[in-house]
Amino acid sequence: MQSVRVTLLTGRSLSQGRSKEQGKLSDFHLQSVACCEINVEDLSKIGVSYGENVCLSTEHGRVVVRAVSPTQPIPPSVVFMPYGLWAAQVVGCDTDGSGMPAYKGISAVLQPARGEDVLNVEELVRLSFRKADRENRRLK
Amino acid sequence: MNKKVIENAVCTVCGCCCDHLEVVVQGSRIVNVRNACAMSSSKLLGYMNERIMQPMMRGKRGLSGCTYERAVNATAKILTKSKSPLLYGWSLTSCEAVEVGVELAEEVGGFIDNTTSTCHGPTILGVHEIGESSCTLGEVRHRADLVVYWGSNPVHAHPLHISRYAVTCKGRFRPSRAERKLVVLDVRRTDTAKMADVFIQVRPNEDYELMCALTAAVRGDEIEVEEVAGVPTERIEELAELMINCEFGVLFFGLGLTMSSGKNRNIEAALLLVRELNSKTKFVIMPMRGHFNVNGANNVMTWLTGYPYAVDFTQGYPRYNPGETSAVDLLARNECDSALIVASDPVSNFPRQAAANLASIPLVTIDPHITPTTLCSDVVLPSAHVGVEVGGTVYRMDGVVLETRPLVKPPRGIKSDVEILRSILRRVKSLRRAGS
Repeated sequence: MQSVRVTLLTGRSLSQGRSKEQGKLSDFHLQSVACCEINVEDLSKIGVSYGENVCLSTEHGRVVVRAVSPTQPIPPSVVFMPYGLWAAQVVGCDTDGSGMPAYKGISAVLQPARGEDVLNVEELVRLSFRKADRENRRLK
Repeated sequence: MNKKVIENAVCTVCGCCCDHLEVVVQGSRIVNVRNACAMSSSKLLGYMNERIMQPMMRGKRGLSGCTYERAVNATAKILTKSKSPLLYGWSLTSCEAVEVGVELAEEVGGFIDNTTSTCHGPTILGVHEIGESSCTLGEVRHRADLVVYWGSNPVHAHPLHISRYAVTCKGRFRPSRAERKLVVLDVRRTDTAKMADVFIQVRPNEDYELMCALTAAVRGDEIEVEEVAGVPTERIEELAELMINCEFGVLFFGLGLTMSSGKNRNIEAALLLVRELNSKTKFVIMPMRGHFNVNGANNVMTWLTGYPYAVDFTQGYPRYNPGETSAVDLLARNECDSALIVASDPVSNFPRQAAANLASIPLVTIDPHITPTTLCSDVVLPSAHVGVEVGGTVYRMDGVVLETRPLVKPPRGIKSDVEILRSILRRVKSLRRAGS
């Protein structure tokens, strides 16, 4: 499968900032945050078009999101994801002794994700945090 | 029904804490907001979306409704039984709530950390080492003739910062945009960069190198390479000249510096650059704080414990060692045996493994809304919005203290963070007395 090595930046976007205030389970939030802004050059290397799903993998995890055209120009080999649950799936815990994980400048691999869906908040929480197992736990 | 206009309301979204909003209230609802940015309008017109309307506790069938009394009791039991509980969040609530939170952390012998550890924690570490030359945003508005944003995109993250405080505002000594120069350094040509007089594109993770080269150029040293971080040496020298020749310069920096490789070292380099510039002209530096009261959380924790975040009370006295006592590190090492989250959504924002560990321990959340963190919680206590439904003190990003006011009443029966935390503290104290 075609893949391209990229540097992942996560950050604030106005749409993410607005949608988190509108509700984190909302479709607006899903559309604003479960996406990755990719330079057209990188996108053509993996044979994907804007609007299709891509998989972003790092040594810390993988996540499927929608490929979108950059709202602000982005150089080749650099991709941008808005802060949120989806970006957090590929960020590592190492803080270099500072308390701060590396949310920017993360080495990642970008691949097509044909046949894979973008999970919504509830699905991703259930998958990543085993909420289903917790349902059986009763508070003592 | 009559409409009422509340003037000079304080916005409780980002660290700008804009205090010129006009909020139109009809009955018990906000129906219009003027002078607000897109994020602020979204919050004030959407504050009732996805609200939690009653406390919840996890049982066999998942989360189900209960009374505040039961939820507070369960929370107090969880915290009292724990050996090292984590109390985290605190940046989207009032200083008064943080004050109670610190007392609770001391009482239960836990860790208390605010969201600084995953935003400007490295800034504070840098300031410990170097010190800072700062000012208020009012001084920037009236005096600054050179504004630099480095690793910060205020058009998206602090939408009114440029027009209210820094660049396009009408200042006493800088009456128009023409009186000011705007410089942006970023890895992307952001929407802020598009407004700049000078834009410098930096290669990701090489801000430290560029900052050091720029400091050398300001000092008058020769840079013996052709480019640094993808920026030709000639441009670095031009920028140094521009900075030296201003009358009042300000360097605003964002998470582009604190989250990239180098972290606190990037901030130390920025503070040293500003120190060097102050030998030639007047220059100040200020972090672009994200949440409306993250600065307040730092201030309250500092005056109560001596430390601004990542405070460890497990030994019975306050300790501070970010990287060890900060939330992500604690969770990554699975050191906490329960957590109380106040006005924050770490499951959405923490690295996956840290969030998974958080979700695996007894978890209590105090928040107005349904979030991924409340979905993973064992006890959920709904709260009123600070600055919308209840008042409270907040610190703007420059340290100016502002008093927020309630604009509307909270939903029936919904309590404030302060009331909920005081109830938990009282119950914890009574359980501990009964235990001893």
